[in-house]
Amino acid sequence: MAFLEVNNYHKKFGENEVLKGISFSLNKGEILAVIGSSGGGKTTLLRCLNFLEIPDEGTLLLDGKMLFDASEKKKNTDAQIREKRLHFGLVFQQFNLFPQYTVFKNITLASTLLAKQNIKEKKRSFKQECKGLPKEEKKARKAEQSKVLAELTDGLKKRIEERAEQLLERVGLSDKRDAYPYQLSGGQQQRVAIARALALEPDILCFDEPTSALDPELTGEVLKVIKGLKSSESTMIVVTHEMEFAKNVADHVIFISDGMIEEEGTPREVFEHPKSEKTQAFLRKSLEENF
Amino acid sequence: MIGKKIMFWQVTLNLFEGFGVTCLIFAATLVFALPLGLILAFGSMSKLKVLKSVVKVFVWIIRGTPLMLQILVIYYGPALLFHWGFLDRIVAVIVAFVINYACYFSEVYRGGIESISKGQYEAGQVLGMTKSQIFFKVVLLQVVKRIVPPMSNEVITLVKDTSLARIIVVEEILKVAYDYTVRGLIWPLFYTAVYYLFFVGVLTLLFNFIEKKLNYFRV
Repeated sequence: MAFLEVNNYHKKFGENEVLKGISFSLNKGEILAVIGSSGGGKTTLLRCLNFLEIPDEGTLLLDGKMLFDASEKKKNTDAQIREKRLHFGLVFQQFNLFPQYTVFKNITLASTLLAKQNIKEKKRSFKQECKGLPKEEKKARKAEQSKVLAELTDGLKKRIEERAEQLLERVGLSDKRDAYPYQLSGGQQQRVAIARALALEPDILCFDEPTSALDPELTGEVLKVIKGLKSSESTMIVVTHEMEFAKNVADHVIFISDGMIEEEGTPREVFEHPKSEKTQAFLRKSLEENF
Repeated sequence: MIGKKIMFWQVTLNLFEGFGVTCLIFAATLVFALPLGLILAFGSMSKLKVLKSVVKVFVWIIRGTPLMLQILVIYYGPALLFHWGFLDRIVAVIVAFVINYACYFSEVYRGGIESISKGQYEAGQVLGMTKSQIFFKVVLLQVVKRIVPPMSNEVITLVKDTSLARIIVVEEILKVAYDYTVRGLIWPLFYTAVYYLFFVGVLTLLFNFIEKKLNYFRV
């Protein structure tokens, strides 16, 4: 069974229908490349997957479980959407690092906030446990609980920091741990952004034209990092203009045009034997641009 | 000669008392107008169209009329229109200043908040942060950095605007000095500049310090 299953996604902005029924599926550990001309709905699709936009229609299944159903509005409150988002990571075209934090803090911030919330909830439940106990017992229980809490806090902190160090190593920026974003090149910033997105261990990592804002000589280092992430565990969706990258790295390619999937298949099928005329025209055009 | 020396110290001391009133107006205005301005800023950015329009019209009226007029309206208005008692003079002045400056601050805040790119909010969202976490942990410090220069302008203007309080006979420093001119002594009036310059000098240093403190990152 497919790991991710998107069914009939529709999205309208006012009168403008940007997604006109998109369905696709993806297996665990696969890389999906989404190509197509600008304005076709690629970015909107990615934003819908990350719930930055809420689709008007459609469903999303993750690992066989219904994660999102546009028709069940009651289940799509702010807090619930926030929880659903955690299954997805997103790397932006413009990096969007937090400028006031170091590279390390950028990576650890969200996990730390989540951990704090968990500890707070734990504290509350501990307090509940103590209620109604006799005085002596209460005291003993409280001492025990605060010990557990301190251990939990330390453990979480250590785990978050260790994970951040590992991720920095993976994107090749261990030496930039304490630098601020403005001190980094665009390519380095994007690599930090990738590490930041991975810190929360999303099920699926999405990239929105990750190299479009970079100077040509910097795109290579970012693409190399993305390629390096490929493993049986990490599932990725990459919206890209880099046809070579899509051809060489992706397992599956989708060509989106005018809010619909015009063509899909393996890179070989899409790039070498495109069936649709639109795909042929698009590929011809992007080939010309490269020369 | 000795008479003149005593005179100088006397004036210095009297002006210092007036300077105390000036500082009181200044400090009270900041304490209340800084948070009130933030509330107005959120109002002017609200999704509720009615609230947004009400706030915008209010800010337009306050920024569109002289502060001196507002002081007069707040002091005399309730008594003349509804036959209520007069507010304490200094209270009336502070109320007028707080309302006036909150409106100016609200526009500075709004400009700062709206200048933060949408990408910062979205980055927070996809990392599972709540709205308040995004505001306090991601956006706020960037806004502060952006608004320090325009805020230092407003705050320095406030120092000198306090002299408007004399319109309802509040004994701030310029009023004290002006009373000397009526008695034929003009130099105390010019002497007040020393107090103002000193005050603004300290504020300038303070704002430079804050700017430097926030220089470790760029937005």
